[in-house]
Amino acid sequence: MGSIIIILLSFSAGLLGGMGMGGGTILIPALTIFMGVEQHVAQAANLLAFLPMALISLKIHSGNGLIKSRGSLWIIVPAVVFSVGGAFLASVTPSALLRRMFGAFLIALAIKQAYDSYAALRARMQKRRT
Amino acid sequence: MKGFYRELAAMLSGAAIGIANGLFGGGGGMIAVPLLSGAMNYEEKAAHATAILIIAPVSLAGAVAYIISGFALPYVVIPAAVGMTAGGAVGALLLNGLPLAAVKAIFVAAMLAAGIRMLMP
Repeated sequence: MGSIIIILLSFSAGLLGGMGMGGGTILIPALTIFMGVEQHVAQAANLLAFLPMALISLKIHSGNGLIKSRGSLWIIVPAVVFSVGGAFLASVTPSALLRRMFGAFLIALAIKQAYDSYAALRARMQKRRT
Repeated sequence: MKGFYRELAAMLSGAAIGIANGLFGGGGGMIAVPLLSGAMNYEEKAAHATAILIIAPVSLAGAVAYIISGFALPYVVIPAAVGMTAGGAVGALLLNGLPLAAVKAIFVAAMLAAGIRMLMP
């Protein structure tokens, strides 16, 4: 029963993830809040579950001509190195603290996303007026 | 931005994306998208798609570290991978046809609610 609910929650997260907007930021809180999964375990599950999803959605996106690798190696190489450091940091952080830090991270991302959307909308309105 | 400064900015952002994605087990793509569409002049849908290309190797490295630390439990990982892969395929097919603004509004609301819930003890 539990695994069916996890599949359903992950499917919803994957919908967003496949569009390139943070499936993990939905899956991790869904697992901890609704399923009582421990924070580190939820984070590990998201990292692993993301991999097959990324392969399939990359295939679809490149078919649609949406993948542009221009300049991306400059981001990828330091990101890979620092992600191992971040993972180590997580492994030494107590579960309850990591959960709260994750909550704060989510709120910051939501505010940033809302602000960006608002700025884009305003720019479009102004363009229409002139 | 031009030449050296653009590459430096890309590398610093890469470091931030890596730390966040490793520490929180996700979310790096959320930092990558505005970087690609802003500083690197990607068209919005291409930025979303290319963010996945960037996060895939980053998540792979993070996943290995989490496995070594013993946090990968099959009874959570397997159903999560099945659901997420199916959802991801549908989401990728929809990206070309959906109004992004509507999807984003729902997404922001969900993130805010979850964030507040997680801050509570």
